[in-house]
Amino acid sequence: MNDLILQAEEIFKNYRAVEAVKGVSLNIKKGELFGLVGPDGAGKTTLIRIFCGLLNPTSGSAKLFNLETSANKRKIQKKIGYLSQKFSLYRDLTVDENIEFFADIHEVRNYKKRRDELLDFTRLKPFRDRLAENLSGGMQQKLALACSLIHNPEILLLDEPTTGVDPLSRRDFWKILFSLKKQGMTILITTPYLGEAERCNRVALMNKGKILVTDEPEKIKNSINKKALEITCSPAIKCAEALKNKHGVDAQIFGDRIDVLIEENSDFNQYLETIKKNNLTIKNFNINKLSLENVFIHLIKQQDLKLARTQ
Amino acid sequence: MKILLRIIKKEFLQFIRDPKMFRIVLIAPVVQLVLLGYAANLEVKVIHTAVYNQSKGTTSRNLLRELKATGYFHLDYYVNNYKELQKLIDRGNVVLGLVFDKDFDSNIGASRKASIQAVFDASDGNTATISAGYLQAAIQKFNRKISLITLSKKGKEVRFPANIEPITRVWFNPELKTRIFMVPGIMSLLLMIITITLTSLAIVKEKEIGTFDQLIVTPIKPYQLILGKFIPFVAVGLIVIVIVLTAMAVVFNISVKGSLLFLFASSLIFVLSTLGLGLFISTVTKTQQQAMMIATFGVMMPMIYLSGFAFPIVNMPVSIQYITYLIPLRYFIEIIRGVILKGLGLADLWTQFVILIFFGILILFLSSLRFKKKID
Repeated sequence: MNDLILQAEEIFKNYRAVEAVKGVSLNIKKGELFGLVGPDGAGKTTLIRIFCGLLNPTSGSAKLFNLETSANKRKIQKKIGYLSQKFSLYRDLTVDENIEFFADIHEVRNYKKRRDELLDFTRLKPFRDRLAENLSGGMQQKLALACSLIHNPEILLLDEPTTGVDPLSRRDFWKILFSLKKQGMTILITTPYLGEAERCNRVALMNKGKILVTDEPEKIKNSINKKALEITCSPAIKCAEALKNKHGVDAQIFGDRIDVLIEENSDFNQYLETIKKNNLTIKNFNINKLSLENVFIHLIKQQDLKLARTQ
Repeated sequence: MKILLRIIKKEFLQFIRDPKMFRIVLIAPVVQLVLLGYAANLEVKVIHTAVYNQSKGTTSRNLLRELKATGYFHLDYYVNNYKELQKLIDRGNVVLGLVFDKDFDSNIGASRKASIQAVFDASDGNTATISAGYLQAAIQKFNRKISLITLSKKGKEVRFPANIEPITRVWFNPELKTRIFMVPGIMSLLLMIITITLTSLAIVKEKEIGTFDQLIVTPIKPYQLILGKFIPFVAVGLIVIVIVLTAMAVVFNISVKGSLLFLFASSLIFVLSTLGLGLFISTVTKTQQQAMMIATFGVMMPMIYLSGFAFPIVNMPVSIQYITYLIPLRYFIEIIRGVILKGLGLADLWTQFVILIFFGILILFLSSLRFKKKID
């Protein structure tokens, strides 16, 4: 009917008094690499567990392959690969045994060829007889990925697979994701790292149970028509306060520098003047395009303002 | 079926890979059996005694000699005042303090009533009661002796009126050894401990490392998961029984009088309820520590106290006796003791057997329901 693999409409999920997800809608197309980005506690894990059928939404509908997840768990679970937040492996089994186990419980016949492919692909072949607990964090994560791919799923749901992994292994992992995507795999990945989100086809920014925006990373960056005035100054906090008070701009602090979100065609000198007038020192400044991070922080601040106003 | 076999295989692999677990399960039962078999002893063999003899006459000394001759009373201390006596009891050096007053010997000589004071340390009530019994018996015997002596001294012919003497035959445990009563009970405890803890830990461990979610997201069915976890541990439980039976025969010279087949059949029935309890524990806990605590304090210790393993059920208050009817271990211990010590079989123990089947199915069914509900 359509090429949508995943459709979520107005999903709410409450844990007793806590609202974890507050009305989320999103669609994922076949072959897409979709990033769900947000800070800890945004509701990413809850959402992905609803998609896998591990949780039922309090209200709203989640469909995979046009089937309601809560009612068609078995059918759906044959066609998805899920990787939970921890590297969920049997640490006391070897690499081969782990893959074999997951192949068997997925009732994959003749998995040997597929297993060797996956081992090649993840470059774990030299370690195939090693116990999972003796692998490095990055290798454990790749093994977990291989286990979730053994049954040739149509969509991969990855819950923060790169959290707590060293940068090199993280890059390695993304390379694998890109080649999977090339083979036509649909991938939903959650991550707290905005740098990783930039590599996705489309990104949904999530905070406090709501999706703030869903689009291609480039389009998100251009969506608020602003540029970033990057000022290295000290003390950064005081500079940001001064700018906020005087001009009402969004000044985001990143350690010893601040990013001031200013209109595309506005004059930046007035901001530098303000800082100087307050007897604060400017070491350096630059005009940049907005990063995904700038936009995200901006949107979160707006969301907080709106929440404060309604209360 | 193939999935089930696969889970069982995985479970065994993991079990064998964990050498500590392996040792605990196979060696610990024997060590436990031997330790408990020797230590779990309710018999009183030695009564440490302190004597405060203010009389120091022939009769008091004769009585003391008589007490010593029983072999139970060890007259370790002779003291000269109450204070010392009290000290010895306070420190736990003696269980019994015997006090003869000044007039003891003269009273006996004058055929008056003579009394001795016996002070017991009853902080261990069991030992004190048994010791008091021994003392009474010994003094009664001595009383008769002096009556005979005084009467014969007076030149009278001695004849007691009708005299009843019970002739006791002790069945099943002729030497009245606690061990013989305890050891079969220990075997049932071991079977319970191993099946409850292993099952609950094996499931909760998967929750802890996150593989549980990973499993649920596969086409695995809940019953396959449950059986896959159960079967290996039932096998381990049966192996433990074989080990313990062997140890029992070798170390304590207790052999099974009844049918081995019936023994194993009832063990299999009994583990239905322990596996069910293990499964239940896994549904209410998130970490292995929690599971261990609940298994120990919430399930196993109450079961042990209320099962009649150590404390006879007939001695319990009636209301508590009713509660013991709900404890599967109670029926299993009755069966095990019956089979091993008395050679009973299904014909004698069918009520216990049927109740165990009922409890097993009920507990397992309810736990499985809860487990399934948790997954869906």
